Amino acid sequence: MTQKLIVIGAGMATGRMLETLVDANADYDITLINGEPRGNYNRIMLSPVLSGEKTYAEIVTHDDDWYAQHGISTRFGCFVQAIDRKARTVTLATGEVLVYDKLVFGTGSNPFMIPLPGAHLDGVIAYRDLEDTERMMGLGPEHKCVVIGGGLLGLEAAAGMAARGVDVTVVHIMGHLMERQLDEAAGYLLRKALVDKGITVKCSANSKEILGKDGHVRALLLDDGTELPCDLLVMAVGIRPNVSLAQDSGLAVGRGIHVDDQMVTSDANILAVGECVEHDGAIFGLVAPLYDQAKVAAATLMGEDAQFVQKELSTKLKVTGCDLFSAGDFADGEGREDIVFRDPARGVYRRLVITDNVVIGVVMYGDTADSNWFFGLIRDKTDISDMRDTLIFGPAYQGGTPLDPLAAVAALPRDAEICGCNGICKGQIEDAIAAGASDLGAIKATTKASASCGTCTGLVEQVLAVTLGDDFVLPAAASICGCTDMTHEDVRRMIKSQRLTSMPAVWQECAWKTVDGCHVCRPALNFYLLADWPLEYQDDPQSRFINERKHANIQKDGTFSVVPRMWGGITTPNELRAIADAADKYAVPTVKVTGGQRIDLLGVRGEDLPDIWADLNAAGMVSGHAYSKGLRTVKTCVGTDHCRFGTQDSTGLGIKLEKELWGSWTPHKLKLAVSGCPRNCAEATCKDIGVVCVDSGYQVSIGGAAGMDVKETELLVQVASEQEAIDTIKAVTQLYRENAKYLDRIYKWMNKVGLDWIKERIETERAALVDRFELSQSIYRRDPWAEHARDKAQSYQPLANLSLEAAE
Amino acid sequence: MSNWIDIAPLSDIPKRGARMVKTALGCVAVFRTAQDEVFALNNACPHKAGPLAEGIVHGKSVTCPLHNWVISLETGEAQGADEGRVTTYPARVEGGRILLDRTFLRARTAA
Repeated sequence: MTQKLIVIGAGMATGRMLETLVDANADYDITLINGEPRGNYNRIMLSPVLSGEKTYAEIVTHDDDWYAQHGISTRFGCFVQAIDRKARTVTLATGEVLVYDKLVFGTGSNPFMIPLPGAHLDGVIAYRDLEDTERMMGLGPEHKCVVIGGGLLGLEAAAGMAARGVDVTVVHIMGHLMERQLDEAAGYLLRKALVDKGITVKCSANSKEILGKDGHVRALLLDDGTELPCDLLVMAVGIRPNVSLAQDSGLAVGRGIHVDDQMVTSDANILAVGECVEHDGAIFGLVAPLYDQAKVAAATLMGEDAQFVQKELSTKLKVTGCDLFSAGDFADGEGREDIVFRDPARGVYRRLVITDNVVIGVVMYGDTADSNWFFGLIRDKTDISDMRDTLIFGPAYQGGTPLDPLAAVAALPRDAEICGCNGICKGQIEDAIAAGASDLGAIKATTKASASCGTCTGLVEQVLAVTLGDDFVLPAAASICGCTDMTHEDVRRMIKSQRLTSMPAVWQECAWKTVDGCHVCRPALNFYLLADWPLEYQDDPQSRFINERKHANIQKDGTFSVVPRMWGGITTPNELRAIADAADKYAVPTVKVTGGQRIDLLGVRGEDLPDIWADLNAAGMVSGHAYSKGLRTVKTCVGTDHCRFGTQDSTGLGIKLEKELWGSWTPHKLKLAVSGCPRNCAEATCKDIGVVCVDSGYQVSIGGAAGMDVKETELLVQVASEQEAIDTIKAVTQLYRENAKYLDRIYKWMNKVGLDWIKERIETERAALVDRFELSQSIYRRDPWAEHARDKAQSYQPLANLSLEAAE
Repeated sequence: MSNWIDIAPLSDIPKRGARMVKTALGCVAVFRTAQDEVFALNNACPHKAGPLAEGIVHGKSVTCPLHNWVISLETGEAQGADEGRVTTYPARVEGGRILLDRTFLRARTAA
């Protein structure tokens, strides 16, 4: 008969347990209760969400469809009030009473909050769940944050916020960072890397009091009297198993809920898994053992025999650009020997701790490629006496000559762990390959290896290469150009995470192969730097294509075309007169109306550009940016002004949009249109961003094109007010600027990231995106014609005129 | 008499940039690299006569703004798969001034 199973807590451990049960078609009627108003997600990936490398949607492990599909009934945002172990019932805070045959505790842990005076103030948070993460994501370059705690969690929080430009200070009570995993020398290298990211690090610092103003945190006071001003204070000093419910229910509890090797608590019908558990005196904070527990608990529930065994643990820091690995025990002690390798210039540090010819601890910083091999030596207690003299150099140097890196992978035993996050060993990957998986995507889908933090991706690919031989080709993503092996995405990530704010910094840090790039990469880098650091980066005209450098379109004969801006396509007789006069004065051979409803003066000589601009400026006209990878035009129909069908003031909205967006630089050209009714006379549905006005408001759609490809837009959102339409358009423009590859139109970018992702970001981050857009526009919403006509006119003239000289 | 003509201060050309010099028989493009070397080339790409002075300068090359042909500033040769050559003229920097060779420019006008 089907039994009732209740699971309390939707964390990483219970998620894995449910999966195992579902995969095995276990005969249970399952109810999942969670205090957070959502289901299972990959909590260890909150750091990449914070730093902007991933979105929340990407770290959800089980969505509503999954629960529905497997008949799991859910109670999210629900707390358990009481458990009656005799009656076998769970009472929810809502009053609902649920009956169980088996109950699983996955209540996790609570962040430990230091009871400092002021800890209750608003703006003092832990780093535990999505709400905390979102609070931190709300900070920008104008904010200051203090993080108490220089451990794994605190540093990931600090690096994530620093990547967003927040002014971050880490306060750590110990003498060096991550003292539980690192020795002093490695701690020093880590500190240096963090300081290079713009993070202030204070070690041996004792917090005394949190100072507030009007109930909100204002600063942290240290006991040496230093005040560290902050808008947000994050405490990341540790976690404690959440045992209160178990205690109230009368289960045996120590530091955590006591469980045996089968994950059963002191009550035979109740199991516990994850961070709330205490097993053989140990409690657990890393994910690999939680997953082991989950599998054991599932087996126990299905009446199978399984045993949880504690294993050696390893740690990696998920901070881009800080490659750090630590495993085992490396404290000083009697009979312990050290082998240390240090290359300060490269920022590489390795330390092995050895007792009786067995490695018991390893710390690696800077180059962690061999970490799995060293970890294997610890776990297998390998006798290293034969390779002691070359041990520190890693597996490639064992056996005299350097080995092919694939040979080292080939030599790994089947039980060598490949993916630490998911506890997947080499044998499981080989089995998946034997069952038909032939690329990384298939391995991720079938085994979950490399599906979490991704640091093992290279290793998984090597296992594929070794197992499949010539059938597997290591995927090489297209690099930007011949100057680098990095892709656009890699470089954008480096610019953000390493705070690279100049082109030479990118060339240096990303190991460019050329002195100063080429015509392909330089314009891309110029855009990325300008988009990410609008205040700090100085635009480089020499890295722009001639059109943008001279603010006019080059034609086939070397002359230029000039398009003055006509806001929303509206002009006046005076402007038309001025355009006609300019056409006469500068002998413009062709005057043409463009596809975007503007007037193009074609065939202007390069030397005349500053003069014709000055004349057009004098008549009140500015550059139409008809040459730019930026906002071009906002095409409009007449809307309610004259049309009998128009539902809204489309011309007015078009003018407003053009005035807000003009001057902005984007990955590719950006064309907008606003139509006053669904007859769509402005052809808004084949623009990068189109607005179709309807009776009830404004339909904003994106991803259209009518160039090399012809595409229809897809609806992004429908809003009621003009202001919402404008804000949405600013937000999506900013999202596109921050994320798209240079020279990808919106539709190409949308095909890569998905419309749903864009919708979600617009919904959740609209205000912040608009703010960042405005910040950038405070620099770039300017008429380049006026500037050039005033300050740079001379540079449009020949450097010298030797016509006379030569004629002598 | 020196054959070198003083054209302008080096600072009149931005690093990784170019300006053109007018002569009776068309234009010469004068380039300045990131390392402050100067090169003088006929201002017409061998492909479709694109104005090289408007191109992006990188290393010791320039990319034509019309169809992205890459031209060596040292030899005037088109790089990569493209074939063609641009006339080059002697140019140097002395005391922060750009100097071009009068004889070569004259030869050009006589041609």
